Amino acid sequence: MLLWIDEIRGIVGDANIKTSAAHLTSYSYDAAAGFQSLPDAVVSPASTEEIQKIMLVCQKYLVPIVPRGSGTNLAAGTVPTNGGIVLLFNRMNQIIDFDEANLCINVQPGIITLDLCNYVEERGLFYPPDPSSMKISTIGGNVSENSGGLRGLKYGVTKDYVMGLKAVLPNGDIIKTGGKLAKDVAGYDLTSLLVGAEGTLGVITEITLKLIPLPQTQKTGIAYFHSLEAAASTVSEIIAAKIIPATLEFMDRGTMDAVELFMGLGLPTDAEAMLLMEQDGSTETVSSDVAKMIEIAKKNGATSSAIANSTEEALRLKAGRRSALSALARKRPTTILEDATVPRSELAEMVREIQRIAERHHVEIYTFGHAGDGNLHPTCLTDIRDEEEMQRVDAAFAEIFEAAIALGGTITGEHGVGEMKSPYLEWKIGLEGITLMKSIKQAIDPNNVCNPGKLFAKSTKPRVVVHYG
Amino acid sequence: MASALAERMQKSFQEHVQEDLLMDCMRCGFCLPACPTYITTGQDETHSPRGRIALMKAVRDGVVKWDGSVEEAFDVCLGCRACEPACPAGVQYGTLIEETRHAIKDAKPTTLKEKAIRKVTFDGLFADQRLMTGTVKLIALYQATGIQKVARKIGFMDLFSTQLKEMEAVLPKISLKKPKRETTAISTKVAFFTGCLMDTMFQQTNQRTIELLNMLDVEVEIPSGQQCCGALHGHSGEVPKAKRNAEKNIRAFDHDDYDYIVQNAGGCGAFLSEYGKLLGTEEAAKFSKKIIDISSLLVKLGMVEMLPQSKNESSVIVTYQDSCHLRNVNGVWREPRALLQAAPGYQFQEMPNAAGCCGSAGIYNILQPEMSNKILTQKMKGVIEVAPMKIVTSNPGCLLQMKVGIEKEGLSDQMEAVHIVDFLYESMINYKKGV
Repeated sequence: MLLWIDEIRGIVGDANIKTSAAHLTSYSYDAAAGFQSLPDAVVSPASTEEIQKIMLVCQKYLVPIVPRGSGTNLAAGTVPTNGGIVLLFNRMNQIIDFDEANLCINVQPGIITLDLCNYVEERGLFYPPDPSSMKISTIGGNVSENSGGLRGLKYGVTKDYVMGLKAVLPNGDIIKTGGKLAKDVAGYDLTSLLVGAEGTLGVITEITLKLIPLPQTQKTGIAYFHSLEAAASTVSEIIAAKIIPATLEFMDRGTMDAVELFMGLGLPTDAEAMLLMEQDGSTETVSSDVAKMIEIAKKNGATSSAIANSTEEALRLKAGRRSALSALARKRPTTILEDATVPRSELAEMVREIQRIAERHHVEIYTFGHAGDGNLHPTCLTDIRDEEEMQRVDAAFAEIFEAAIALGGTITGEHGVGEMKSPYLEWKIGLEGITLMKSIKQAIDPNNVCNPGKLFAKSTKPRVVVHYG
Repeated sequence: MASALAERMQKSFQEHVQEDLLMDCMRCGFCLPACPTYITTGQDETHSPRGRIALMKAVRDGVVKWDGSVEEAFDVCLGCRACEPACPAGVQYGTLIEETRHAIKDAKPTTLKEKAIRKVTFDGLFADQRLMTGTVKLIALYQATGIQKVARKIGFMDLFSTQLKEMEAVLPKISLKKPKRETTAISTKVAFFTGCLMDTMFQQTNQRTIELLNMLDVEVEIPSGQQCCGALHGHSGEVPKAKRNAEKNIRAFDHDDYDYIVQNAGGCGAFLSEYGKLLGTEEAAKFSKKIIDISSLLVKLGMVEMLPQSKNESSVIVTYQDSCHLRNVNGVWREPRALLQAAPGYQFQEMPNAAGCCGSAGIYNILQPEMSNKILTQKMKGVIEVAPMKIVTSNPGCLLQMKVGIEKEGLSDQMEAVHIVDFLYESMINYKKGV
């Protein structure tokens, strides 16, 4: 047995380090298709101090350390690419301090996102970030990936709610950043540096989150359109009318066809796009906002529309969008869910471009997503066993990233870079950006112990030259 | 030696576990919160559906070498299939775990003792209804003659695991009388799949099933030649034997003149409803389509409307423990609740995590007593919160397990676990008497 494993066993106890073949296999992947690598050990520490000790052992023996919440990452961010330790937080999932006076909550990273939401909502408060995996994902994972969700347009993303952190740095130092303060300009914003760092700069061990009052009520409306442009101009006009909806969700024709095939909801078969709108707030605001949004949709040529008058009706309207991924996932063996994001104004152009790219490479890609913030989910249905098809899929995605960047967008809106998108990071941030990021990494983690093989690729993908015009 | 087994195992997985079904899993993790063993182990991915599917694939592809830890991961699965309704991609987990167990059974050398037990259980007891009847009669004799008391006193049961002992303590009193099988004249005609355990250990419940249906003007026939449904075989990797039982049952019920084939055991019902998938024949599919559980049939027959909607709120609480397979495979959970809500003299209250497995899971509580126990303890916490007088169940395994739970918590003077048929039968009788 390896020496370092014995040292770590001494720190966490025999029951909290697993090295069996079954354990190494079941912590060798996350939710990203096509990535797998076995760790050497799976470790469940109970405290910041234990993590500090583990970190020092990892430094001494140069063992990689990969923090992992529930393994729902879509960019292979929690795959132990270079082996080492998969660090779990299943024993660090407590609420440490709920502070109503300062509207914040201090938690350990392992708490499940939905459990946290339920806890604060029972007390009349609200934690808005709602990634689709919130039933499974942990807050620690959300913070490390800076996860988004459906409510991004109105409420922002995870980083907008992180007030402070405790973390173990690669050199073993324990730092505390930020705090319960709305205003704090003491030095560099280290909180922001660690949020979304994907575990490459250390291990987050405590998180202070901002809470806001829970909106009184919510209301849902839906509209179908003959063209992508009509849906897109509806989005622009809604914003121009100074309405910021809580969610503004989108599905394209291919997604609707799949949903209809799977659910038989009776969706209009001639529609090219769908918009699902939701507003929260006071009863009067939500009623008038949803009515206005539907009016705007009609003015832009919506072929049909509806407003939900009850919770049941709202659930019925939402059923299609909610089952989008399920419906698509059933069509082919492999599902690749991407999150290219563009400025809201480029929505129609981007969806159209994705359709053209899919056609050009003879691959199946359908798009749904968060229209309000331009965060799209082009979803590719393929078969990872078919090498020739996978080459076409890779080529199509490269063009999709290129197209997003050309339209002023990004390669990832909310999933993170991980291992999967690391060859494309330079496309978005440039050589200068990569150089700066690498020097930050080098300064904090010179031995490359913390989640190696993520963010920075061995080599950047050569750019595809496509002209848009 | 070890690597020879690993090689054999990989081949066996390649032969029995369908790659296409494994590929359906996109590893999103939506199954995790639904899995009782994942939750009970403090979120151990190895004991989750996603983890087990990854392991199946890894064994098949030779990424992991077969060893005790891999085998344990498959053994710890309850087979409750709560992961299936939670899965966005429609992964057929139930089929995959059965194929896995089939693959393991085929490749693994069995000890003489295990062979003997398997032979008696799967080729004897659960393949021949006469043998089953004989065995249960022996248990009845054992109870009736007072040997049970003596055996308990001298600690005969101490020879067995605690789990078995607890099971023994709650065995129902078995009646030696054959149930009367009456038919009256009528509108709906159903065939009754009596189930091997239900027809022996829970004979009274079967008798009442017939009487309840008769009260609702249903003609009930009991085709002869029916067998154990084969679920136990299927879940234990004995697929050919499960198929053998299925074929026999299809022959026994080969009549077009029934509106339904009704059963009162959730586990059997789910397996019967999947004969079509198991055998892949049109005949089997036709058979499966006719399968209905007793609660759904009673609701269809209008029993909810028939009972007087209890106006004055009773303080006597009744709660319901889902049968995993009835809920997760057949999607039946509203119907039993609708019936309980309508029952006069009771107030229905949902208990926390009623949909979660109780840890019975066929013979799981005997094979994996430790995990089963942990799950049951957690389950009983929910029961205690609701403090019901009756815990209603839809499957003999759950019924026995809940009885064990009540006994363990020392609550037998406050509540009892009952089969839904017995509960409804008493409701109907009391209602008719005007109580």
